[in-house]
Amino acid sequence: MATGQLAPSPPPGLSIARTGREGTGSWPLVDRIAFWLCWITGIGLCVTAIAIVLFMMVKGISYLHLDMLVQSPAPSAIQSQSGGILDPIVGTLIVAAIGTAIAAPIGVALAAWLSEYRRPAWLAHTVESAIEIIAGAPSVVLALFGLLIFSQGFLGFLSQTAANGAVYGRSFIAAGVVMAVLALPLIVGSVREALEQLPDRLREASYALGRTRATTIRRVLLPSIRPSIATGTVLGMGRIIGDTAIIRILLGVSLTNQGVGHLPIIGALRGTGSTLTSYVYENSPAGEGNAPQKAYAAAFLLLVLVLALNGLVTWLTNAGAGERRGPRTAFRLLRFSGAQE
Amino acid sequence: MDPMMPPPVRRIALDRDPFIAPPKPIANGAAPTAVAARPRAVRAPAPIVRERMAVESVWLAYGENWVVRDVSLPVRQGEVLAMIGASGSGKTTLLRSLNRLTEVTAGAARAGRISLDGNDIHELEVNTLRRRVTMVFQQPNPFPMSIFDNVAYALAERPGRGGRRRRRSAKIESAVNDALQRAGLYDEVASDLDRSALRLSGGQQQRLCIARALAAEPEVLLLDEPCSALDPISTAIIEDLIVQLRESVAVVIVTHNLQQAFRVADHVAFMHLGELIEYGSSEQVFDRPKRDRTREYISGAFG
Repeated sequence: MATGQLAPSPPPGLSIARTGREGTGSWPLVDRIAFWLCWITGIGLCVTAIAIVLFMMVKGISYLHLDMLVQSPAPSAIQSQSGGILDPIVGTLIVAAIGTAIAAPIGVALAAWLSEYRRPAWLAHTVESAIEIIAGAPSVVLALFGLLIFSQGFLGFLSQTAANGAVYGRSFIAAGVVMAVLALPLIVGSVREALEQLPDRLREASYALGRTRATTIRRVLLPSIRPSIATGTVLGMGRIIGDTAIIRILLGVSLTNQGVGHLPIIGALRGTGSTLTSYVYENSPAGEGNAPQKAYAAAFLLLVLVLALNGLVTWLTNAGAGERRGPRTAFRLLRFSGAQE
Repeated sequence: MDPMMPPPVRRIALDRDPFIAPPKPIANGAAPTAVAARPRAVRAPAPIVRERMAVESVWLAYGENWVVRDVSLPVRQGEVLAMIGASGSGKTTLLRSLNRLTEVTAGAARAGRISLDGNDIHELEVNTLRRRVTMVFQQPNPFPMSIFDNVAYALAERPGRGGRRRRRSAKIESAVNDALQRAGLYDEVASDLDRSALRLSGGQQQRLCIARALAAEPEVLLLDEPCSALDPISTAIIEDLIVQLRESVAVVIVTHNLQQAFRVADHVAFMHLGELIEYGSSEQVFDRPKRDRTREYISGAFG
């Protein structure tokens, strides 16, 4: 607007008054006590978090060797001969993949229905309550329920069936499905909140062009909230990776991944195995393996994995904060590849 | 009182209430800006004027509150119909009822008949109707996608190919370019149609919304205060556009801005508290209002 040159700072003659930081000296005693309590709590939390990370890092890195990442666990009383953690890593990835692959589409669809249709109203209310119940249920309860379901005879093809016809009910598929249930509330919550925050004028614009609700959701609303979908999915994935009870109950207690039958992929999925969480549990002094060094190494890897996912969530949720490098930019680059800026 | 000589100075109010400065002679030498004293667009009468929609004894309610009462008026292709009136007079509701967008609101009720080319719009399939009668809103509301995709979204779905990614066939490309050209936006954005629509200025966004509404090849175009969020220069561009468009589509515009109504409209409908007080040609309503209420409302603008 203005064509004249703007001075970079006030002329030297002008005395500059800066607002300093407010001291607590003038505060009432109660305020000061509360203030220091806040400090103590905050520092305490930081110390705890740093201690966990440092402890795991020191312990983990000292025991973690690269060859552990490519070796399968081996049954041995001597820690140096008990193999690596390849199977738990693969197991974690398989369970997370199955759980996310099931939970993400269902969660997004549920959220879209809850936010955009809500009809019939009684069903919507019931579903909401159901999701809250699942969100509040301890995972061990979900696991027991899952075991009950997957031990039914007609679901025998998803796990192993013993010679006497008893269905084992434990497999990667069973664990993955129950993990999906565990992750579902996180995805639904995240996506639904984002949908409800979208302005109505976006929907009206689409309706006014003769587009149905379904088309509007699919082509306008969901693409608009891609960062939130990603955030919900990553949150759910973190929950899956960190869960132990479902793995213990629904994936079996063997440390190696053991397939069933001869079909290469399906056999592995029907089989049992371990994940990083169950490996850490087994090898901790509380478990049967009792190889604490291996447990530390695996726990460190687990921590890194979950922290990385948390970082990813933070990065994704910062999407709205302007033109910084963030997923918006990333998505735009993906979407409009070749576009400037 | 002749509102044309000299042209009144118009002030752009940012709030929704109509506020227009009383006319004053343009001071010696102080040339008015192009926008402040824009005269009515000089225009040839449209070659064909024919009735497309008919509103007959229409009542509309949200819940128990009847916000439109017994309104009848024609919507003709070849002319611009402006609906004026204070806030809460029901003009936006009436406009939204023309493509059944009132039905999006829960609890909306209606009575009377609205027809498009003789067919009751409530007997047409709603999405077909909304493609024939498209709408542009008060706030520019481009979708968070590229300029191209915004316009392409409004194009008719090609049967049998429900792919998510609309391939950029030559046909779609020319349809998008055509719509952008009709909305007067093409020259400004042609260099990069893949840019995000959200990066356009407010005026460009609104013209993009008009382009989108035109891409559906509508027969009637509804505009709900399309310029109220825009600066004077963007407003001027869009007003010129509206006047041009009336040859190919019937245009209905709701506006709080009486000067705008006068500049763009061929016919004016004045509504007050849900009732249609006066309907007539722009000259007649602004120069020789028949009803006292109209006169009072108009005189708010013309002093």
